[in-house]
Amino acid sequence: MSSSLKVALIGNPNTGKTSIFNALTGLRQKVGNYPGITVEKKTGSCSLGPNLSATIYDLPGTYSLNTTSLDESVAVEILLNRRDPDFPDVVVVIADVENLKRNLLLFTQIKDLGLRTVLVVNMSDRMKRLGIEIDVPVLEAELDTRIALLSSRNDTGIEDLKAILSNYQSISETPSLNITKVDKAYFENLKTAFPKIDAYKLWLAITQDVNFMPIEKKVIPDRSAFSTKSKVELQKMQHRETVLRYKKINDALNVGYQKDLSKADGIQGVLDRIFTHKIFGYLIFFVILFTMFQAIFDFSSYPMDAIDNFFASTSEWIKATLPSGVLTDLLAEGVIAGIGGVVIFIPQIAFLFLFISILEESGYMSRVVFLMDRIMKPFGLSGKSVVPLISGMACAIPAVMATRTIENWKERLITIMVVPFTTCSARLPVYLIIIALVIPEGRFLGLGYQALVLTGLYLLGFLAAIVAAAILNRGLNIERRSFFMIEMPTFKPPQFRNVVFTVFEKTKSFVLEAGKIILALSVVIWFLGSNGSSDSFKNAETEVIQQIKQQGLNLSDEELLQKVSSYKLEHSYIGTLGKFIEPVVKPLGYDWKIGIAVITSFAAREVFVGTLATIYSVGEESQSTIIDRMSLETDEFGRPIFNLASGVSILLFYAFAMQCMSTLAVVRKETNSWKWPMIQLFFMTLLAYLSAFIAYQILI
Amino acid sequence: MANLLDLKIGQKAIISDCIDEKLPVKLMELGCLPGNEVQLLQIAPLNDPLYYLVAGNRIAIRRNMASLIYLDLE
Repeated sequence: MSSSLKVALIGNPNTGKTSIFNALTGLRQKVGNYPGITVEKKTGSCSLGPNLSATIYDLPGTYSLNTTSLDESVAVEILLNRRDPDFPDVVVVIADVENLKRNLLLFTQIKDLGLRTVLVVNMSDRMKRLGIEIDVPVLEAELDTRIALLSSRNDTGIEDLKAILSNYQSISETPSLNITKVDKAYFENLKTAFPKIDAYKLWLAITQDVNFMPIEKKVIPDRSAFSTKSKVELQKMQHRETVLRYKKINDALNVGYQKDLSKADGIQGVLDRIFTHKIFGYLIFFVILFTMFQAIFDFSSYPMDAIDNFFASTSEWIKATLPSGVLTDLLAEGVIAGIGGVVIFIPQIAFLFLFISILEESGYMSRVVFLMDRIMKPFGLSGKSVVPLISGMACAIPAVMATRTIENWKERLITIMVVPFTTCSARLPVYLIIIALVIPEGRFLGLGYQALVLTGLYLLGFLAAIVAAAILNRGLNIERRSFFMIEMPTFKPPQFRNVVFTVFEKTKSFVLEAGKIILALSVVIWFLGSNGSSDSFKNAETEVIQQIKQQGLNLSDEELLQKVSSYKLEHSYIGTLGKFIEPVVKPLGYDWKIGIAVITSFAAREVFVGTLATIYSVGEESQSTIIDRMSLETDEFGRPIFNLASGVSILLFYAFAMQCMSTLAVVRKETNSWKWPMIQLFFMTLLAYLSAFIAYQILI
Repeated sequence: MANLLDLKIGQKAIISDCIDEKLPVKLMELGCLPGNEVQLLQIAPLNDPLYYLVAGNRIAIRRNMASLIYLDLE
């Protein structure tokens, strides 16, 4: 019988932990969340031999067991709690060869928890160039562990690691530092007060430095019971602890590690001087941003058109091939239209994550944070807010999660609050379709009006975010330690496999998460649009024929059919609902159909186009595109519904409104309160309504 | 006493003292400890934050934190 081993991977950020996880597990991965919080939980399986397999846990990156972020505290909690179902049999500490000393600090801390601890020295392909030599057997003896030299870039050493893991019983569990050495008297007192708890674990609980959330997670009993020392005294003890750890590490490295200092990497300094230069630094950043946009809008338009056509013809094919009936209609008008509305986003989301992951992998993103910090500060934001604000252009959900790296709670909260203003890709289909309908195709100074309007909307979103941040910064009275620190990793070419994995994973989770909502709503809307309880709905055909006779019109069969179907829609459930809310949306220039689309898109903005597509295709025989059908819509006076005034009003409404349930849910999780998402919902919607109202009333 | 703000770009010094409630443990674990060498690598536009090489680690911190780390200037 084969048994399964639980192996946790842990390591400093930027050590290539994820590459090793990918190499061990291939595509046999699962990404979920830790219960109650949105920290990503990645697990995968790996075969270690004929009778032994392992479940690999990729724990969030951490510098030490003294956590400063939510991600990090998850890792620590799992390692502290023996009863946790994810408690590992073996811990693999991943270190990179260049920062071995600092990485070993975490190694000694984990070893002190009494766990079987293995060391992986990653990026060993760089050793030669950096002039580093490691004597593995000597270092293994000094650190009392097993070591695998590994290069995830060249795919070497993975088998060595597997061999060490399959022989896990022989790995030492002895702690590396005796914590009581830091302050004998203090730890003896602790021992008398809590005889059953391990001294090091107690010490960790006492000194946790969580500045990250307004609430602190309780790991171990009331801390007041052992606060016999002041904060500064505790800090001095931590100093002593760290010094002792580094002394031990230095002793080990002195015999097992050699570095030829003449081979210093001079190129890093040059790159840093260019990328953080007062002028060139910003120039490069803006060129990169511009290229990114170019790629997202221009390049992705081709696959998007192809996807659009594919779904239109699939829907047509289904109608033509399958026997007509309710199920065929549901499939063609509800399900296919719904799926198409999700799949169309894939190219853009993929491009955006491609860029973001390349920028992060290469180490460039930290330089952007460094360049932007001082500029963002007056708005109550941090340099680290730049990454969420850029990610927000793909989707606010990962963007809100990306704020976790911001140490200061106030800066983090403000970033979370304003991220939904940035123009996410869900707004794009709404913008594109409305711009195509109401903005003329002309050019101004060689730039197309339509492109200018689109760019303007992006700027508007960013401006709204900045202004909102400045207002919140003045209004929010939160006293927090100002704390900002970022590691500047060395520049390195991004690893192809990691980039591909990130793009694949993020795109997949977007499609699945957003897809569920959109698909479900599309089906519901289709149902509500093709059913009704009123007599007018049931007797649509006779009533329409009667009307036509009264008016003395002579219509072709096709025109008659169209009249009947729109009459049916008007008296269906959705039509009744739309008529009911019409007075609210009328001042913004919307008819009841747009009103329905606005309401349904409170679940997710991209539903707007899907809803209109579904509303207009219910009972529709001809396969003209949505834009054509929308441009033919008229009000009772024969004027087009989608005119400049109502179009601008829709654009402004979508620029500001908080229409995304998933974002509200993730904000609730990240801030641990309903207060903040509710504030977002109320104020953003109010702003949206007022600006749309003013714009329509001025332009009409 | 001199602190991290007194360094010029490229200049090196030895840390003498860095005990303050406002300093996170994380900084210390990245090598910000008495006796370790520190070098100023870059200053961001508008003079904040500052980019240091501390005991082989490259980190950037804001001025308010840098002013709490004291130095023995050579």
